Amino acid sequence: MSDPRTLFEKIWDSHVVHTAADGTTTLYIDRHLVHEVTSPQAFEGLRLAGRKVRRPEATLAVADHNVPTTNRAAGIADPESRTQVETLEHNTSEFGIEYFSMADIRQGIVHIVGPEQGMTQPGMTIVCGDSHTSTHGAFGALAFGIGTSEVEHVLATQTLVQKKPKSMRVTIEGMIGPGVTAKDIVLAVIGKIGTAGGTGYVIEYAGRAIRELSMEGRMTICNMSIEAGARAGLIAPDEKTIAYLKGRPMAPKGAAFEAAAAYWRTLPSDFDATYEREVVIRAADIAPQVTWGTSPEEVVAITGRVPDPANERDPQRRAKLQRSLDYMGLKAGTAMTDIAIDRVFIGSCTNARIEDLRAAAVIVKGKHVAPTVQAMVVPGSGLVKQQAEKEGLSKIFTDAGFEWREPGCSMCLAMNADRLQPGERCASTSNRNFEGRQGRGGRTHLLSPAMAAAAAITGRLADVRLFKA
Amino acid sequence: MEKFTTLTGIAAPLPMVNVDTDMIIPKQYLKTIKRTGLGKALFAEMRYKPDGKLDFAFILNRMPFKDAKILIAGANFGCGSSREHAPWALLDFGIRAIIAPSFADIFFNNCLKNGMLPIVMGERDVQEMTREAQDGKEFTIDLERRRVIRPNGAPVPFPIDDFGRHCLLNGLDDIGLTLEKTADIDKFEDEQRKTQPWLYSAPKAEAAAPAAAAPAAS
Repeated sequence: MSDPRTLFEKIWDSHVVHTAADGTTTLYIDRHLVHEVTSPQAFEGLRLAGRKVRRPEATLAVADHNVPTTNRAAGIADPESRTQVETLEHNTSEFGIEYFSMADIRQGIVHIVGPEQGMTQPGMTIVCGDSHTSTHGAFGALAFGIGTSEVEHVLATQTLVQKKPKSMRVTIEGMIGPGVTAKDIVLAVIGKIGTAGGTGYVIEYAGRAIRELSMEGRMTICNMSIEAGARAGLIAPDEKTIAYLKGRPMAPKGAAFEAAAAYWRTLPSDFDATYEREVVIRAADIAPQVTWGTSPEEVVAITGRVPDPANERDPQRRAKLQRSLDYMGLKAGTAMTDIAIDRVFIGSCTNARIEDLRAAAVIVKGKHVAPTVQAMVVPGSGLVKQQAEKEGLSKIFTDAGFEWREPGCSMCLAMNADRLQPGERCASTSNRNFEGRQGRGGRTHLLSPAMAAAAAITGRLADVRLFKA
Repeated sequence: MEKFTTLTGIAAPLPMVNVDTDMIIPKQYLKTIKRTGLGKALFAEMRYKPDGKLDFAFILNRMPFKDAKILIAGANFGCGSSREHAPWALLDFGIRAIIAPSFADIFFNNCLKNGMLPIVMGERDVQEMTREAQDGKEFTIDLERRRVIRPNGAPVPFPIDDFGRHCLLNGLDDIGLTLEKTADIDKFEDEQRKTQPWLYSAPKAEAAAPAAAAPAAS
């Protein structure tokens, strides 16, 4: 009998090409996603060294960070953004890599496109030059973000040189209450373990509350693992995972699908496998969450108040809390529901899938965005947008005064034209509330799509549970 | 990659926790297709006032720290995105080593790929060095002997794995090293092709993917 193993260990073990005496491992990478911001220098490196892409067919490219979300017929106005997208187009054609152009209905945020196309599958190793690659862990794939040098390494060798991370299990016991979503679960986890709590670890999420989530909810959870510092997030594949993949364009077909599914069912952690760290949270203790500061760990329940730095003993951390308060223009002790907002952003690789838009639309339906608020919805992909239009969601949003945009990363990181003005306060379904993230001087409050919708209607942060749909 | 053996220089103290990659280099500077020239963008929103003028309250704008080769920072340095533009900007500014109680994983790896040394040290050592660094005195980093020599001459050891150290000391390109293992990679693929054939015959994406985007309304 072999030792009991975790899901992570099973995937890791099956991808080791070589291990050196000091534990440095050459790890095989099954799939590689590429976008325009972190890849140009990697392709240039290949060219300069006269190297080829080892498995172009294992690689998929899409432009997402720089693309405009307004009328695309005019192309990209910003010359630098345009050059970056054109460079990706040129590089993928030169090296024989499939590329979804801006005109393609399948274009969208890379972490929404991969699962949507069925490229993301259990047991795989998946990388991308983007920290939110952890999203794909929702399928029981070991997926993590890498830098540009490593992008070049994967293109050239289909492997990465890695140290084996440690493993942590985060168990969410019981069931979440009404109005509480995957976003609230993961924000609560980050609030508990901190933004460096997962550093050096792969986190496996377990427990009934996780099992009950849809695949899209699981993606939201794994997506934000990086905000806890984790190398990757993982959720055991189950029948829901298999059903999601069946029939997707890039998933195996027929007998190959059945063979794959049989393998996927062997992947969940053995019941007696052990983890280097265990964290347990009761789902019933999780209320809808909203961040107040400039780190995702600076989060409270919507029923809570802005904390007082005076209560922090460590001087460096106290200074950080005070800096966050000053940047955010908030006073300690303010009730979260007293905070008025100027902008609402529903989008990003965290929360721009069809279920996210449905959840927001339920709140918005028949109401109107507060007169002081500018609100926008940016679907995660062309296919999500098409589906939402088919279901009438886009009409619900536009009738309520939301802008309905083209797919892309948009105001999650404000690389394109969508950004906050200095001092503007935004309720955002994205993943980072860092200083300047959504525009210099912009103030970000992270929350779920339903909570963002409620904020848009009331003009301030609001408890969606008290909101009459 | 340039070799890293010993480094002697001024260390700039930046005693902040959770310095994220958006702070190190804001996104408007990520639109480049080159690795070089990003030094001017380093910490841009802290270094420049909204009107574009230098803010002399920020440490790296002041003498002697604008010539710093080392940064001494708080815990969880480099958290956030995977952008390698963050180490590129530090390097282009002239910083080749960062000392902190902890680093974010991706940032840490990105440094090593660029001939830069991230040094993990205990909170207390970092705090003492932060105070010493205020005087603008020189620190020496000796990678061969895995130690930092403080201005007062006291050596402080630091951990680094053998592979990372070897690559830094010799300025090795790790793609070249991995390509020496091509036979192992071939063998791995032959084996995987037998056990998981679907990974090698994956259907190509279809131009008009149907409503696969959406599971049925719930």
